[in-house]
Amino acid sequence: MQQIVKVSQLTKQFNNLTAVNQLSFSVESGDVYGFLGQNGAGKSTTIRMLLTLITPTSGEISIFGYDLNKHRKEILQQIGAVIEKPDVYKYLSAYENLKLFAKLSGVKPTNKLLMDQLEMVGLASRAHDTVKTFSQGMKQRLGIGIALVHNPQLIILDEPTNGLDPQGIADIRNLILILSREMKKTVIVSSHLLNEIEQIATRILIIDKGQKLVEGSSAELFNDQQTILQISVANNESAIQTIQSSNWANNLLPERDGQIMVGLNKEDIPNFNRMLAASGVDIYSLQARHSLEDYFLQVTAGKQHVGTFTN
Amino acid sequence: MWEHLQIELYKVFKRPRTYLSFAAITALIGVIQLGLLVDGKEYADFVMADFANSFSVDGKILNGYFICYVILQLLLVHVPLLIALIAADMISGEANMGTLRILLTKPQSRTSIVMAKFIASVIYTLLLLIWIAIMGLFLSMLIFGTDDLFLMKSSYVVIVKESDVFWRYAGAFCFAALAMVTVAALGFFLSFFAENSIGPIVATMSVIIVCTILSTMNIPLFNLIKPYLFTTHMITWKEFFDFKVNDANEAIIGSIQYPDKIIRSATVLAVHIVLFVGSAVWLFRKKDILS
Amino acid sequence: MKMKLNKKLLFLFTTIFLSVALHAQDMNALVMKVKAKLEKVKDYTADGRMKTDVAFIKAPIGRVKVYFKSPDKFKLQRDGGISVLPKGGVSINIGSMIMQTGFVAIDAGMSTVGNTPVRIVKLLPEADAGEIILSTLYIDETNLLIRKSVTTTRENGTYEMELQYGKYASYGLPDKVLFSFNAKDYKLPKGITLEFDDTDKAVKDKMKGKKGRVEINYTAYTINTGLSDAIFK
Repeated sequence: MQQIVKVSQLTKQFNNLTAVNQLSFSVESGDVYGFLGQNGAGKSTTIRMLLTLITPTSGEISIFGYDLNKHRKEILQQIGAVIEKPDVYKYLSAYENLKLFAKLSGVKPTNKLLMDQLEMVGLASRAHDTVKTFSQGMKQRLGIGIALVHNPQLIILDEPTNGLDPQGIADIRNLILILSREMKKTVIVSSHLLNEIEQIATRILIIDKGQKLVEGSSAELFNDQQTILQISVANNESAIQTIQSSNWANNLLPERDGQIMVGLNKEDIPNFNRMLAASGVDIYSLQARHSLEDYFLQVTAGKQHVGTFTN
Repeated sequence: MWEHLQIELYKVFKRPRTYLSFAAITALIGVIQLGLLVDGKEYADFVMADFANSFSVDGKILNGYFICYVILQLLLVHVPLLIALIAADMISGEANMGTLRILLTKPQSRTSIVMAKFIASVIYTLLLLIWIAIMGLFLSMLIFGTDDLFLMKSSYVVIVKESDVFWRYAGAFCFAALAMVTVAALGFFLSFFAENSIGPIVATMSVIIVCTILSTMNIPLFNLIKPYLFTTHMITWKEFFDFKVNDANEAIIGSIQYPDKIIRSATVLAVHIVLFVGSAVWLFRKKDILS
Repeated sequence: MKMKLNKKLLFLFTTIFLSVALHAQDMNALVMKVKAKLEKVKDYTADGRMKTDVAFIKAPIGRVKVYFKSPDKFKLQRDGGISVLPKGGVSINIGSMIMQTGFVAIDAGMSTVGNTPVRIVKLLPEADAGEIILSTLYIDETNLLIRKSVTTTRENGTYEMELQYGKYASYGLPDKVLFSFNAKDYKLPKGITLEFDDTDKAVKDKMKGKKGRVEINYTAYTINTGLSDAIFK
């Protein structure tokens, strides 16, 4: 698989703050690459470095096999980006905005091209209305239209679902799937809406405090054999003591919503259950959770800077 | 960069505030012309009060050339604000709108983007000056007619022959354009340090006001720095309206009394422009876009 | 003995008085002769180039037209442009130098104007009421031309006129008139001129306390054409 993006030892220092610290990752052709982290983890800073909005303190970025520093213009011609809440010129219409940015992207903006693009993002009927009359969702769609007008190979979406209603979020998700599966684009999407990423990402990078925690394919990360048990008991304290004095002491995870969380292999669940019952723990419910969110919490809580699960 | 310049000009002239500036100029000049049309004699009498004790002046003093000089004197104090409205908004306005980050992810060099923006503000400035020329000079000539230009400087009186006036105005307007481009360059430079327009606009005007005070006051400490302040040199357009006389005290038509002053001031202003714009380009190339 | 002395003194005083009176009558006669020559011209129109030569005024040369009708109608009209003249009007009217009636002419000796020998004649008005207090004429006796006059007026100070003659000398009309006056120092506050820069001190000093001059070079006279009074309104 061709590597579209290769980042090596990327670091960004702002005065006393190290926002990104020796980060390395790669994105392959056709990936929907989920870029995850809590607020302030360094996601936006990393993405802005990919887009040359921020200059790295050290490290290398290679896109399409070219050094970003030396081939900025050629690389950016093949990238379309939506950064957080995309803002456009409010005093211009959607059509005028799209035309303007198309020119800046090196595309000759014919009427057909522009209207096709607006049609694709569902704004054809509002083409000549000024943007200041648009809702947030419409502005987001226009931002995506602008990002795609020059038919880029790599699309970078930084928090694309911010401020959108559930329908808007679903639209973005569907769009990413279309871009990836039908138009064969490579997409990097950063978000903190983990359940959304879970549904579309083929590979995931999780960072925390500017450092990589884990990187790998979704298939590998969401190992069916691994699960997280969410246990509701009568007495949390005594139940935790019981677990800590058992063989499963290292599997204990931080409590969530007043419930005990334990990470286990699937086949260990019955034995664990029996152990609790035998120790006299009164169990109200046992729920197996298997989601990115849980994985994310597991990884960031444990602050395990685990190496890459490469396939 | 040509295409980028076209885009910047398109954006500038799509904004209502651009036309506000032209409307403001029209109103300002109209008010001055109306005032002088109605009460011009009183104004002329006031200005000439001391002189008129010893001399009687015969002729059409309140003619279009004189009116234009009055307009330029007043307007070139206020026009910097109208220029700052656009120039100081060039980068900070984009940052405020959030469009800066999209702009900078496009395959255009930052230098090209910055220069296109600056040139767009220069073109706007020049168009504003042309409009002032049309309203202030040509319209005044139409309303008030023409005659010799009677000017009272602080130490002497200058009467410029009618046929010798127009080219001086061409030179004065060119110089005024250079002065206003310096203001645009300052506003443009300050635009880098903020993410809203108000700050750089206010900062530009504050710098101009402070420097004007330093340029005006006759204090030995200030006199050391005066020659380097751009505000000291912004009014050198007036030197176009002073000519040499021969030994018989006869006016030498087509001459300028102190051409070296004009050249020196133009050089100082040009250096300021290069410094402001050069610094802006250098800063912009290094700037991390965090907004 | 005493009587002889008295007679001698009386004779001396009478001789002096008579010679003064005679001399005064001579000066009067001279002035009247000059007046008579000037009165040959009933009216004239002249084109001229006027220059206002004052240290603190920079002005171009302007074209003027001058009209005169005997005895005292005079008009100086600019031919376009702005002109600056000393207050009180420039009566560059030769006739104004000589009072019409009621004066005493006193001989004040000889002098030269240019290279021309002239007789200095002081004219004192007999009555006090007029604008002119004293007029000193420098008269070229040979040609009956006034070469220079210094006139002291009640309202407008003292001014000097120097006249140079050419082809119209026979009419007593000058080719060139230089009108001199005291120019008061001029200064205007910077608040009005909106200037920062101080004019060079050397230049400023040059402009202080000098005499001002208005110079008219007449290029053509049209004499005795019967000018209408309407021109002078």
